[in-house]
Amino acid sequence: MMSADLFTTLPEILLVLMAMAALMWGAWGPGARIAPVLLRLLAWAMILVGLGLLALGGDGAQTAFSGMFVDDFYARVVKMLVLVAAGLVLLVGEAHLGKQNLLKFEFPILVVLAVTGMMLMISAGNLIGLYMGLELQSLSLYVIAAFNRNSVRSTEAGLKYFVLGALASGLLLYGASLVYGFTGTTDFAGITQALAEGARSLGLVVGLVLILIGLAFKISAVPFHMWTPDVYQGSPTPVTAFFATAPKFAAMALIARIAFDAFGGMKIDWAPVLGVLAVLSMFVGAFAAIGQKDIKRLMAYSSIAHMGFALLGLAAGTEVGVEAMLFYMAIYVAMNLGTFAFILSMEREGQHITEIAALSNFAALAPGRALALLILLFSMAGVPPFLGFFAKLEVLKAAWQAGLTGLVIAGVIASVIGAFYYLRIVYLMYFGPETEPMESRMSPTARVVLTLSAAAMLLGAVSTFGFEDLLAAAARSLVQ
Amino acid sequence: MTVTAFAFYVFAISAIGAGILVVFSRNPVHSVLWLILAFISAAGLFVLMGAEFVAMLLLIVYIGAVAVLFLFVVMMLDVDFAELKASMAEYLPLGLLIGVVLLIELGLVFAHWNFAPEAAALRASPTPSPAEIANTQALGAVLYDQYVYLFEIAGLILLVAMVGAIVLTLRHRPDVKRQDVVAQMHRDPKAAVTLIDMKPGQEGRAHGFRGK
Amino acid sequence: MIEDLLREYLGVVVFLVLAIALGLVFILAAAVLAVRRPDPEKLSAYECGFNAFDDARMKFDIRFYLVSILFIIFDLEVAFLFPWAASFPTLSDVAFWSMMVFLAVLTIGFAYEWKKGALEWE
Repeated sequence: MMSADLFTTLPEILLVLMAMAALMWGAWGPGARIAPVLLRLLAWAMILVGLGLLALGGDGAQTAFSGMFVDDFYARVVKMLVLVAAGLVLLVGEAHLGKQNLLKFEFPILVVLAVTGMMLMISAGNLIGLYMGLELQSLSLYVIAAFNRNSVRSTEAGLKYFVLGALASGLLLYGASLVYGFTGTTDFAGITQALAEGARSLGLVVGLVLILIGLAFKISAVPFHMWTPDVYQGSPTPVTAFFATAPKFAAMALIARIAFDAFGGMKIDWAPVLGVLAVLSMFVGAFAAIGQKDIKRLMAYSSIAHMGFALLGLAAGTEVGVEAMLFYMAIYVAMNLGTFAFILSMEREGQHITEIAALSNFAALAPGRALALLILLFSMAGVPPFLGFFAKLEVLKAAWQAGLTGLVIAGVIASVIGAFYYLRIVYLMYFGPETEPMESRMSPTARVVLTLSAAAMLLGAVSTFGFEDLLAAAARSLVQ
Repeated sequence: MTVTAFAFYVFAISAIGAGILVVFSRNPVHSVLWLILAFISAAGLFVLMGAEFVAMLLLIVYIGAVAVLFLFVVMMLDVDFAELKASMAEYLPLGLLIGVVLLIELGLVFAHWNFAPEAAALRASPTPSPAEIANTQALGAVLYDQYVYLFEIAGLILLVAMVGAIVLTLRHRPDVKRQDVVAQMHRDPKAAVTLIDMKPGQEGRAHGFRGK
Repeated sequence: MIEDLLREYLGVVVFLVLAIALGLVFILAAAVLAVRRPDPEKLSAYECGFNAFDDARMKFDIRFYLVSILFIIFDLEVAFLFPWAASFPTLSDVAFWSMMVFLAVLTIGFAYEWKKGALEWE
């Protein structure tokens, strides 16, 4: 019994053990120079655990700890993507962290613990387990947001994120306690059963909505996005890259999990909520990004808009919708990895810069990188030959099939508006006035990630190499 | 009215009253003191429900540690509370609006309050009667076995808190002399002190007496 | 049943009532009996005969905060030990070892903070 439970949670246990071993090694070991080694070890460990999880996990579904931990194909696929994304962010960010004098050995350890929290969220089968995973993740994220403690911006980012995150956790807990009061259980299976027996009531709806609000904070869906631009801008850039990828995917996967696994019988209640969040996020993300001068702030609004599109898939409330959401999120994460690999390299006279204006006439300086960035930006904007377009298409198709015509029209309009600011950067890179030259020093890893992600956006349009089938199987295992 | 009901109302009213005073006190130190009263009242309410352990935890952790930390920060920290109050007036309407919305929601929920019919059967670990087993023991019987998963995550969260607090706040000052027990014990007196023979009447040359 | 439990708290209630009553008596006695000649000087901070230079509030060392946070963390750890100890005779193996793992995790945290020098007061 117990050993089977432990075996089911083996990936998480492995990660935690590695994090603790790294903590001991870092503290008692040979000192500061161990930090880069630990970072690489932990990053590769995460990538390997992620790939191993999918390769060795099979396609069965089992639960552990009396249903508190669910290990199904959906969980394994999402965990793999989250782990790989987190590992790559660490590898890409290493050089930048070193340059900013932020490469302490605690950094990768906190990232690993945050990722463990995300894995617990993805596998949540119980409201308490969900909350504990979420807190493990959030607490680590608050710390790394303020990691550059000598910078006022960074500490402000950490504090803002912490205060608003705590508020979101409070709302989520309040909702969870209402759900417990009205169904008598915190188990997802128990909630489903109670709903099947007709437990749906106004109190339960309020509880569900409060839980969704708490989670909307974590994916920064409008109107719960206020923290995002400041936190993205203030945090050290590798941390921003991390925030934009793994936690977003994990929280989105959690919303899908709770919507289908626990509240499958209340689709008429959560689908409109997600629809409203989707439309608001798409429009606010698109409009607010237009005036931005800082590329990290721009990426914040861009991620808000992307979350809107991913939520659109979920709002459809169908298996196709979940698959579209997974597809969209996977591509979103890939695009962001490439883009941040580039943003991390932006420098002038040895100082990291983030102004968009610095990109002016960059194409003349480094045509290869400018081209890669062009592909990524076009893909984010949803320009046809690139993979980002197909991601948007899938989501809109799913929403269309579910009869959400209004949402689809809103999505198309928002994506047209959103295209403007991506194209503005491209225009600036190719036809902008000559300014002070910007340097772009990339480590080999960053170069590989940028190239791969741009190539994926290009080649993905031809074939996704079975990736789509994988996501379809994952969506099927969640929705059944 | 039974004694239990009377005690409930006493604690409930003092909890709510203290909560209101936390918000409306002009002096932040008074706010924290009212907060402590609110915690104590909540502990009383927990005792009335038979949840002794949680009540004592509230006293030990929240009053003994958290509230004292609050008080310490509020008393020591250089924050201009007058300025904070001024900016609060700006946000008061919005805050009131949110409060009213939450209140209406609560009212709606309260009006429709009905437990699911099978709620009693679905409860995972109902509190046993205090006559059978003490509350703390009942908690111990399920917390470490049935809920071992959550218990271990709690340990991890505490670990992250520990690492986070140290990463964010610990600084070493280079100019401070620290104790190094091993080095101090292995200090060789011969290398540190030299005795020189001084003839009376000669001017002392201090350098010979100085330890290293 | 629950009344039996509450009866055990009778002593606490008596103590509480006495404490509150005594506090009130002192406040009232001061209000009724004491001589009152209010003066703003009586309320001002006493600083060796000078006027106060500055506000008493100031920036304080973050190490105070670190110590108290670490204290709260271990306080919580100990709080988890109470129910475990209280039900020790009836604990299953899983329950015993789960506490050992919990303590091991926090011991690793402790070893980390010890080595980092967070427990030293320079």
